[in-house]
Amino acid sequence: MRFYQNLTISQKQIAWAWAFLALPVLFYVVIRFYPTANAFVLSFQEWNLLGARSFTGFDNYVRLYNDPVFWKVFRNTFMYLILGTPVSLVLSFVIAYHLDKVRFMHGTIRALYFIPFMTSAVAMAWVWRWFYQPVPIGVFNNFLATLGFGQIPFLSSTTNALPSVLAPAIWAGLGFQVIIFMAGLRAIPQSYYEAARIDGVSSWTVLWEITIPLLKPTVVFLVVFSSIGFLRIFDQVYNMTTNNPGGPLNSTKPLVLLIYDTAFNGFNMGYAAAQTVVLFTILLIVSLIQLRILRDR
Amino acid sequence: MAAQDAAIKASSDTLFSGSSRGSRRNMGQFIRWALLFGGGILMIMPIVFMLSTSLKFPFEVYNLNLIPEEPTIENYTYVLADGRFFGWFWNSLIIATLTTVSAVFFDALVGYALCKFKFPGRYLIFIAILSTLMIPTEMLVIPWYLMSKSFGWLDTYWGIMFPGIMTAFGTFLMKQFFETVPDDFLEAARIDGLNEFQIWWQVAMPLVRPALAALAIFVFLGNWTAFIWPLIVTNSVDMYTLPVGLSSFGDEVDVAWELIMTGAAISTLPTLVVFLVFQRFIIRGVVMAGLKG
Repeated sequence: MRFYQNLTISQKQIAWAWAFLALPVLFYVVIRFYPTANAFVLSFQEWNLLGARSFTGFDNYVRLYNDPVFWKVFRNTFMYLILGTPVSLVLSFVIAYHLDKVRFMHGTIRALYFIPFMTSAVAMAWVWRWFYQPVPIGVFNNFLATLGFGQIPFLSSTTNALPSVLAPAIWAGLGFQVIIFMAGLRAIPQSYYEAARIDGVSSWTVLWEITIPLLKPTVVFLVVFSSIGFLRIFDQVYNMTTNNPGGPLNSTKPLVLLIYDTAFNGFNMGYAAAQTVVLFTILLIVSLIQLRILRDR
Repeated sequence: MAAQDAAIKASSDTLFSGSSRGSRRNMGQFIRWALLFGGGILMIMPIVFMLSTSLKFPFEVYNLNLIPEEPTIENYTYVLADGRFFGWFWNSLIIATLTTVSAVFFDALVGYALCKFKFPGRYLIFIAILSTLMIPTEMLVIPWYLMSKSFGWLDTYWGIMFPGIMTAFGTFLMKQFFETVPDDFLEAARIDGLNEFQIWWQVAMPLVRPALAALAIFVFLGNWTAFIWPLIVTNSVDMYTLPVGLSSFGDEVDVAWELIMTGAAISTLPTLVVFLVFQRFIIRGVVMAGLKG
């Protein structure tokens, strides 16, 4: 105690700062940085959990490059991004734009759109999986049948399965994006709209010349946030295609599911680590590109 | 608040008043409202179908009506009978609660220290913590698994929880909010003889309570619905969390959709009820966390 009293004020500050930060710094080093380094190192090794870890240089990456399944998975992962991000952004913007102009039961409608965000992806994957079943089980096909349309094979077709798996992911995230868009719309100063009204500008022009440009920070945030979410899709795929995760014929398998399979079904730790490095690189590049593009414009 | 309510009332009056000059506008406004409302109803249909089917006998499952002709709670008694769902529910509740308490405590602690203390290395630590946001969980699950394996953490609560006991997102969020706490307040407390820990806990923390609550909602929801890591780190049925348990249960009962919907309802209802009770508060919290984070 005496020792503490002899310290100067700034030395006390330093002592307190480390008292606050010692445990957290240890946590970030041991649970975040060390495992990251470990994943990189492991990606240059061969290990099946039982034998010895041996360095194999770039073998894992070469194998990845020559693996047709990897390229299939790579394409799928980007399909989730390319379909998911624009569709969810446009939908949520349209909803937010109109909901912002509605006062009657505003809170209730907002809650209706937001509720899916509060659900568990696994539970909802099973609900949608049931919806997609063929007649007489599935809701969608039953509905089509009552209207007199033909059946659609949702999860069993190699072309329809990916969008079908993506739909609940878009659905669950929509409410969050609507809420964020509405907060962005509220932040636009009312005076801009008044000036436009005095000038007699059409509401279409107001939308394109005032609303959308001023929403750019919101759009940047949502594009990055949702893209990263779609690139990391897993829960829905794993639960909607369980008999053969990622099927049919790997047509829905995303990168994270490939990593899971390689590591925890194939016990090919080094190869799986190389796949995680690829995922890391993709996420890094995508966020950098998007920030760049949206910032310049 | 009162002014806002009055404004809402006024605009809803004009919405249905049909005054001669604005009637065309009102028509448009009504269509907009109707479409939005219809869309909102569509949004909750999966949840409505899930609940309705969980109350149906198997023979009625293939029927599209939303209100069961013969409602039954038999599915719930069947699903809950062997006690597994109680166990998974309990596991999820304990894990999500403990993780939330820990993350909110430590994120606020670190956010405060990085915001209010001047010391060498402050910026470096902040950037280092922030940079971990770029590392996807999926990259870390393999090293975490190896770590858990060698320390004997597999299949334990601690094993499920340890990756989430602090979050970089929360640290950043709390730092942002502590910026709004005036240094004068802290200085006054210092003169009153409080030590730095007391200043943080008794003076600064109450001032950022809304942010703490917002962070707590995010962390709790994230842990309640977390899937990939609990799936990897648990192997005995007793240790499953609700999502992992539901996933294995779904495979097990295969095509008994009324039972699967019951399990899904059990894992969805708690967060739904919490949302319906604290709706305004939660939405505000999500906006706050989303925009500042």
